[in-house]
Amino acid sequence: MGEICTERLTLAYDERAVVAGLDIVIPTGRVTALVGPNGCGKSTLLRGLARLLKPRGGSAYLDGRSIWRMPTRELARQLGILPQAPVAPEGLTVRDLVAQGRYPYHGWLNRWSEADEEAVARALDITGMVDLAHRPVDALSGGQRQRAWIAMALAQETKVLLLDEPTTYLDMHHQLEVLHLLRRLNREEGRTVVLVVHNLNHAARYSDHVVALSDGKVVAAGTPQEVVTSEVLREVFGVEAHILSDPDTGVPLCIPYALCENSNVRAPSMDSFAAPHTGHIHV
Amino acid sequence: MRRAWLVVGRQQTSLSFRLDRRVPVWLLGLAGAALVASVLSVGVGEYPISSLDVIRAVLGLETGNPDHSFIVRTLRLPRVLVALGIGAALAVSGVIMQGLTRNPLASPELTGVTAGASLAAVVLLVATPAASVVALPWAALLGAVIAAGLVYLLSWRGDDSPLRLILVGIGLTSIIGALTTVMVTFGEIDDVARALVWLTGSVYGTSWEGLRALVPWMAVFLPAALILARHLDVLHLGEDVARGLGSRVELQRGLLLLTAAALVAATVTVAGTVGFVGLIAPHIARRLVGPSHEGVLPTAALTGSLIVVLADLLGRTLFAPVEIPCGVVTAVIGAPFFMYLLYRNRNN
Repeated sequence: MGEICTERLTLAYDERAVVAGLDIVIPTGRVTALVGPNGCGKSTLLRGLARLLKPRGGSAYLDGRSIWRMPTRELARQLGILPQAPVAPEGLTVRDLVAQGRYPYHGWLNRWSEADEEAVARALDITGMVDLAHRPVDALSGGQRQRAWIAMALAQETKVLLLDEPTTYLDMHHQLEVLHLLRRLNREEGRTVVLVVHNLNHAARYSDHVVALSDGKVVAAGTPQEVVTSEVLREVFGVEAHILSDPDTGVPLCIPYALCENSNVRAPSMDSFAAPHTGHIHV
Repeated sequence: MRRAWLVVGRQQTSLSFRLDRRVPVWLLGLAGAALVASVLSVGVGEYPISSLDVIRAVLGLETGNPDHSFIVRTLRLPRVLVALGIGAALAVSGVIMQGLTRNPLASPELTGVTAGASLAAVVLLVATPAASVVALPWAALLGAVIAAGLVYLLSWRGDDSPLRLILVGIGLTSIIGALTTVMVTFGEIDDVARALVWLTGSVYGTSWEGLRALVPWMAVFLPAALILARHLDVLHLGEDVARGLGSRVELQRGLLLLTAAALVAATVTVAGTVGFVGLIAPHIARRLVGPSHEGVLPTAALTGSLIVVLADLLGRTLFAPVEIPCGVVTAVIGAPFFMYLLYRNRNN
C-alpha cells in the first residue's frame, strides 16, 4: 500500500503550465529521487503529489484513489509532506513541533492520546532528537532543525513521505545525515520516500529509483544506473560528464566537466551537482 | 521520563488535550493579579472604599454603610468587569491575528480592523440615529470583517512579510480614520457627541447595559477561539505545512479571522478603540508559556484583562480628579513596545 501515480497531471502557476500531461508511477516501498535543473518542475510535481497545488488537469492517485477526492485528514494520515525550508514559530520546542504531526489524528475534543505520546517519542528517537526535544527549534543548527521537521513528518505516521529538497542549505555532513535517516526510514519501516534533490550523486547513492525531469517532462526514469548516464546528463542538464562507478557500491558517480554546445537548457548552473543551492528559481 | 506536557483526560474520555506545564501556574497567578487589581480599582475614586468593604459589597454582605452597595454594584463594578472583558477579547483577537499571519506585529489596531469596526459603528450612529443599540455590534462586526478582508487582499503575496502587512494596515487605518472624521463632520451634533464617546477608547461611565452587550459575544467567541486553537497551531507553521497535515486552510483561516473580528467588534461597541492590548498581551503570554495556542490563548486573555484594568486604574488615579481614558494609557505603554518590536524585527 502507499502506491502513488499520476494520470495526465497538468500543474500550472498562473497561466504557465509547468508540468503538462504527466504520467508517472512512484514505486511503492522504495526511495525515489526527483532530479532536474532549476525550473524543470520537480518541486511543482512534488507539490502536486501532496495536494499543495491544485492541478489544471488530470490527477494524482494514492492507492488508486484521486487525492483530491479524499478527505484532507484521511490523506494526511497516509501521506506526509515536508515543504522546502519551513520556518518554525519563535520559541517552539522540538517536542511541540513534533507533536503537531499528530494533528490529523485529533478531533474537536480528543486532542491527545497515549498513541500520540508514543508516536512523538518514536519520531524523536528515530531522528536522534531525544536530547534536543526541549530546545527551541529556532536555536538549533541547520541539520538539527531539518531533523526536527522530519521528526514532525514521522509523527504523522504516514506510509508515504514526500520531501522537497531536504538537504538544501545543509553542509556536507548534515546532508549525509539526513539522507541516511531517510534511507533508514525506508529500509527499516518500509515507508515510501520521494525526495527532490539537487545533488545527482546523492540521488544515485541513496535512492532506488530516479526520475529525471526536464521542462516538466520525464526524460528518464529507472534505477540510478539507468538514469545517471552521460546522455541523460547532456539532455537534462546540458553538461558533459564522466560517469564512474562507485568503488564500494557500484552506483554511478558523475563528474561534470563541460557545458554542452547548443544546449537548450537555460543557464545551467554547475553548483547543481556539488553544493547546496541558494536562491532557487521557483517556477 | 518526566512528562513534558500536562495531559488532561488521557484515556477513555471524550475530552483530552495537552498543555505546557507552565500554563496552570501562570493562569492562577494572572487570575489572582487581575482579581486584586479589580478590587483595588473598584475601591479607588472620589469616594474611596476599603478593599474589604468592596468584597463585602460585591458579595451582597452588609458593610455598615448603605452607600457602598450602590457605589460598588451600580457605578463601579460594571466598569471594571467591562475592562476585564475587553482586555481578554482584544488579547485573544491579537493572538489569533499574530498566529494566522505568522507576524509578531499583527494586532487589531495596526491592521485596521479596529478602525473598520469604529467606522461602521459611527456610520450607524450618525447616519441612522434611530437604529437600535442592538444593531451596533453587528455593524461593527461588518466593518471589522470588511477591513480584515481588505488588509488581507492588499497585503497577501503568499509570503510572510511582516512589514508589508503593517504598512497596508496603517494606510488602511488612515483612510478609515479620514472617513470617520468626514462622518463626524457632517453628522448632527447630538449624534456626533454620542459617536465621539466611542472613539476615545474608554470604559468611563460603563453601565450594566454595556456589560450585557459584551457578554454574549464573549460567551460565543472566546470558547470558539479555544476550540480553534489546534488549527491555529498548525497554521502558525505555515500554509504548506498546515495543508500537509490535513488542515482545511481556507475554512479554518476564515473561522479564525471571523472570531478575531467579532471579538474586536464587541470591544469597539462597548469601549471604542483601546489600542495595543492586542499587540502586547500575546507577546507576554508567549514569553510566559511558550507558543502553543491552547496555552497562549487563556494566558493572553488574562494578561489582557490585567492590562486594561490596570490602565483604567492608572488613568483614574495618576492625575485625579482628571481622568485619562484607558485607551490613552495603553497607547502610552504600547507605542514604545511597538517601536521595540519593529526594531527587533529589523534586526532579524
